[in-house]
Amino acid sequence: MPGLVHVTTTINGNEVNFLCEPRQSLLECLRDVLGMTGTKEGCNDGNCGACTVMFDGRIVTSCLVLGVEAQGKEITTIEGLATPQGLHPMQQAFLEQAALQCGICTPGFIMASKALLDQEPDADEHRIRHWLAGNLCRCTGYDKIIRAVLQAEETMKASK
Amino acid sequence: MEAIEFIAPKTVADAVAALAAKGDRARMLAGGTDVLVQLRSGRRRAELLIDAKSVPELNQMSYSPRQGLTLGAAVPCYRVYQDQKIAAAYPGLIDAASLIGSIQIQGRASIGGNLCNSAPSGDSIPAIIVLGGVCTVAGPGGKTREIPAEQFCTGPGRNVLQPGELLVSIHFPAPQANSGATYQRFIPRNEMDIAVAGVGASVVLDRTKRNFVSARISLASVAPIPVFAQKAAASLAGKPVSDATIEEAARLAMEDAKPITDMRGTIRQRIHLVGVLTRRTLQESIKRARGE
Repeated sequence: MPGLVHVTTTINGNEVNFLCEPRQSLLECLRDVLGMTGTKEGCNDGNCGACTVMFDGRIVTSCLVLGVEAQGKEITTIEGLATPQGLHPMQQAFLEQAALQCGICTPGFIMASKALLDQEPDADEHRIRHWLAGNLCRCTGYDKIIRAVLQAEETMKASK
Repeated sequence: MEAIEFIAPKTVADAVAALAAKGDRARMLAGGTDVLVQLRSGRRRAELLIDAKSVPELNQMSYSPRQGLTLGAAVPCYRVYQDQKIAAAYPGLIDAASLIGSIQIQGRASIGGNLCNSAPSGDSIPAIIVLGGVCTVAGPGGKTREIPAEQFCTGPGRNVLQPGELLVSIHFPAPQANSGATYQRFIPRNEMDIAVAGVGASVVLDRTKRNFVSARISLASVAPIPVFAQKAAASLAGKPVSDATIEEAARLAMEDAKPITDMRGTIRQRIHLVGVLTRRTLQESIKRARGE
């Protein structure tokens, strides 16, 4: 039986140390070891995108990354978006456009959408829909989500 | 998932030694987007995962217009399509790299891993084959061997890798003048699906760009392994670029498809798709070769 492994990583700008079994996914480590339950488990096999986090500058499904692979990496989760001054424009737009119902897919959508706009501030609707193909929502029918991302895009551009 | 051990070796030799010691109870872990799903579902078992990403040779990506492209087995898809020189030189490979899974998956999944997973539907494999990819495999005793990509897969989920062997990199020759390659697949959705059928094609045209010098065609999801459709490709060599020659190649490619009927498609549909996609990928490759 393999023992626990000590992992040192950076999550939302803070150095974090945790112990995990090598079989545990980053998703499990975030939720069950570190108590960071903002990242959601959906399918647990890389199809639904609910567990999307930033991992060294790329969005990944954290269910398909091992906790031990987080050693020395920079991770951003949904808990890292809001500041003491308020919600991130993407979060605010999701609220204002009512772009969620049950909410399980929402953190993944917000992480993926923010990552897109950070690198492509002018992404059009087609690009947004294509980028978000790896995030599934069974409630909204997607249109409200797309509207929220487009609204956040305007807000983020205006604040630059 | 059952308990496993995880190591991150720093050299090919260390990775090979660990693989050799554990036999089939060890698996290489590149992006993990197939391996972790297989382990979790019980489809594969392993006691040891060996991180491919910690080995520099498996992470290298080097391209020059003279030497071609050497792509480490663990390089994730996004690094391939984000490199503008590589994207311009190998659009056929980019077609595949940007089709595999979601943006999230492309952030982890590697072309080498897609090849080693050896699924008949692996989207990058026809692209690797038509681009003339050659695999460098390292094994025990410091031995390496080179395997043309079309000889790599031996069955669904099976390939030529022997116990203790790992894929180090894939080398793609420099693109020839007046050449172009394309990969396309058919899926019932717009994104995020497994190919019902897929076709990769590459062409080299002569200086007038009106005649084929040579071509390569490879098919996905229509046989137990990715098909290297040599007869279809050979039919184009030395022929003029025309609807008739393309049609004949498509017909021959359909003869090479030996699909099954399953939840994703029927035999008849898949053979039909091979014809359509062979035509389309040849036409697109010709456009690319002409710089259109």
